[in-house]
Amino acid sequence: MNGVHDMGGMQGFGPVRPEVDEPLFHAAWERKALAITVAMGACGQWNIDLSRSARESLPPAQYLGSSYYAIWLAGLEQLMLSRGMVGAAELQTGCSETAPCTGVRRLDGAQTAAALARGTASSRDAPGPARFAVGQRVRARQIHPTGHTRLPRYVRGHTGTIERIHGAHVFPDTRVSRPLPPFVDDAHWLYTVVFNGQDLWGSAASNGLQVSVDAWEPYLEASS
Amino acid sequence: MSQDPHTHDHDHSHAHSHLGDMDIRVRALQSLLVEKGYLDPAALDVIIETYEHQVGPHNGARVVARAWSEPDFFDWLLRDATAAIASMGYTGRQGEHMVAVANTPQTHHMVVCTLCSCYPWPVLGLPPVWYKSAPYRSKAVMDPRGVLADFGVRLAEEVGFRVWDSTAEVRYLVIPMRPSGTEGWTQEQLATLVTRDSMIGTGLALSPTAPVGAPA
Repeated sequence: MNGVHDMGGMQGFGPVRPEVDEPLFHAAWERKALAITVAMGACGQWNIDLSRSARESLPPAQYLGSSYYAIWLAGLEQLMLSRGMVGAAELQTGCSETAPCTGVRRLDGAQTAAALARGTASSRDAPGPARFAVGQRVRARQIHPTGHTRLPRYVRGHTGTIERIHGAHVFPDTRVSRPLPPFVDDAHWLYTVVFNGQDLWGSAASNGLQVSVDAWEPYLEASS
Repeated sequence: MSQDPHTHDHDHSHAHSHLGDMDIRVRALQSLLVEKGYLDPAALDVIIETYEHQVGPHNGARVVARAWSEPDFFDWLLRDATAAIASMGYTGRQGEHMVAVANTPQTHHMVVCTLCSCYPWPVLGLPPVWYKSAPYRSKAVMDPRGVLADFGVRLAEEVGFRVWDSTAEVRYLVIPMRPSGTEGWTQEQLATLVTRDSMIGTGLALSPTAPVGAPA
């Protein structure tokens, strides 16, 4: 989706504002919001692509007007509401009025450290030989999917060079097509594709700029 | 995807501050999820303890200091960062597939996630607010020199920029250049010069003459 989350090359946001001695959390609720979001990420009712899709589907003004933990929280609430795991009134009161959904996995405290240290690999067995080789010129397709995608707008239609091949990884665009398990688990070859800054931005690019994205094979086509 | 009208009314009909509202909202959420049996409060304690006290940029600084000190480790890091970093015990969520890129006198690397907030948690911890903010996400891929200026850092005009947009599950760690004047330093000493920002590419490693702990 060509949403406001796809920010590369947008203008008008002003300078980056680093904070001196920045605290890890700026309010007590942020600490809880992080932990609840991470813990619920293990509940098995969605995957990372579905949670990214929920966040970037927030109304644009809400997305731009929210801190990042507020975006996470709104995305989490949306994921649970749309699955009937919680009701809107329950979110208000904090009190359960209906029976919980079955099949929701609870991350137990005793398993949590190991789960964090393990993570969730996105690599998969390759579906076949890679279509592109390091050094090959490729064009990012001129696509505008209305659903979730990880091909940023600013490279679409531009030609770059394959710089690295990362093996096959789960493809986000189809991974969101089924909201509940078993999730779609298509794998495609993943490449680092590097673009010349001048090709992307003309004279607005910093001198000597090269920019790469990590792009799955379906995002790319051969270029002469 | 509609917003619940009660939430809307609540937000605007009470005189709570926004922070107070968020605090109440998150407390309600936690009690609800615990009552439903979806959430173990002990898991929250472990997650907070992990990212508040255990995992952070000190991990990445040790990786960089070792790379500066041991050429074989540096090579391994560039060839297979996932394995090299895992050998130091840093693994897991948001660092499952790592790539390390090294600054040179000719090329300065910078890492961004234009689409959300992807960041190498096992080596850098949780991302700072500016990393997730619209100004950084929009500007880094077009004007990294301007981003550096926002951080008070200036590089020579002939230095080129290589920006990595983390659009998949690969996470990037920048190996800053080793400051001169550090010959014979131990890895522990070197690690004190490696700032978080220098491993994102929005800063440089500290100079040994600068006070340790000075902002990047």
